[in-house]
Amino acid sequence: MSRRIIVPFGPQHPVLPEPIHLDLVLQDERVVEAIPSIGYIHRGLETLVAKREYPEYVYIAERTCGICSFIHGMTYCQAVEQVMNLEVPERALYLRTIWSEYSRMHSHLLWLGLFADAIGFENLFMASWRLRESVLDVLEETTGGRVIQGSCKVGGVRRDIPGETLDRMVGDLAGFERDFKEIANVFLRDESIIARTRGVGVLSHGDAYHLGAVGPTARGSGVAIDLRKTGYAAYGKIHFKPVVETDGDCYARCAVRVKEVFSSIDIVRQAAAKIPEGEIEVKPKGNPNGECFSRAEQPRGELVHYVKGDGSRHLVRSRIRTPTLTNVPPLVKMLAGCELADVPVIVLSIDPCIGCMER
Amino acid sequence: MTHLSKSPWILHYDASSCNGCDIEVLACLSPLYDVERFGIINTGNPKHADVLVITGGINEQNRQVVQNLYNQMPDPKVVVAVGICASSGGVFRECYNVVGGIDCIIPVDVYVPGCAARPESIIDGIVRALSILEEKKRMPAHGRATGGGER
Repeated sequence: MSRRIIVPFGPQHPVLPEPIHLDLVLQDERVVEAIPSIGYIHRGLETLVAKREYPEYVYIAERTCGICSFIHGMTYCQAVEQVMNLEVPERALYLRTIWSEYSRMHSHLLWLGLFADAIGFENLFMASWRLRESVLDVLEETTGGRVIQGSCKVGGVRRDIPGETLDRMVGDLAGFERDFKEIANVFLRDESIIARTRGVGVLSHGDAYHLGAVGPTARGSGVAIDLRKTGYAAYGKIHFKPVVETDGDCYARCAVRVKEVFSSIDIVRQAAAKIPEGEIEVKPKGNPNGECFSRAEQPRGELVHYVKGDGSRHLVRSRIRTPTLTNVPPLVKMLAGCELADVPVIVLSIDPCIGCMER
Repeated sequence: MTHLSKSPWILHYDASSCNGCDIEVLACLSPLYDVERFGIINTGNPKHADVLVITGGINEQNRQVVQNLYNQMPDPKVVVAVGICASSGGVFRECYNVVGGIDCIIPVDVYVPGCAARPESIIDGIVRALSILEEKKRMPAHGRATGGGER
């Protein structure tokens, strides 16, 4: 038995696109314990509610995270709308659903690429990111922004998608689906990916539940929670099943995300078929007075926005709880007992979004 | 790009960005923008890098990290601040934990605007940084900044 040593991992590390620091306690090549420390990108943006009026704060909420920015803006708007009892027009709810699903596709493709890169499969990274550009093109065409969309507002959405554009988007999805099937096939069947991910970083169903895992991390361990099933935006009128895998290893988490891209394609098709004509926004009257928790399913899991207003133009408090924060305790659990060389793959497998986590 | 004499390697660090600029920096490497055709490689090791690309502003905890990365890079080196947060603090400059842009602790050669900065403007910024790098190479060694420059 050799003595224990501590290897620092991060904040700047080749595999990490973002800074997080882990102290890895090693015995030989095996990780005994992982101690995370965070705060490298903490900005303190929740306090900006005191300096920005509530309609302006949507921009700050969106900039919590550049990957799922639309969903952040939408969740914040939902919370304020609930406080103000605003009835958002049906068409706006469908548009929010469509943009949320495009955000999910772009986020999952981004993650699949980074995951392939962490494994050392650079070609697959390139293939995933090339396909992701076609999703970004749609987002840019319909909202004006590639990664920060700014298309959600309190009371509805800022832009409409014309009928013919929507038809073309649905038509293009067929080609996207065909191309994605090729990539999905590699992720699910390639020998080298299976060798690196099967049985690596296992999180049991019980641990996932008790440690509060959310999103694909929880669903990969058989915990069937998907906030979209609560029926916010237009999800209540769309048929889909949460994607669940039961193995709880890195392969299962990867498989959940691969299958969720297909489910997103299906949701966009259904939403485009059902979207009604009509207004896309209502003008908010007065100021928010009261408090509300609003939840939504981000690509990484459950996102919670809390707002509290006192009847003035400025909110009193905003609180954001992001999925990566709740996925860190499960990550620490997965890392205990793994080999040092598997650490990058396991860290990536929860899809860490540190920008979100530290706000 | 004819003035390039070497393949410049890039070190990317996320100071306190929202990720928007980071994923656009990575998008530059993807086949659509493909900066690798210029010989540009994204490295993780500061001692291999010629260009330091930073997204996001400086906060209290990452101040030392950015300083260390800059000091570890060999001379001559250039720094590119990508996005409005790295340039001035951006929408977050009034946050309690944000000190300001990158230039409050290390000298910046090129500022790339945008929130999030587009891949085209990032590539443009890096190409501009490369010509500054070439100029610095021609300067005698004693004329170069020796690192850790406070401003």
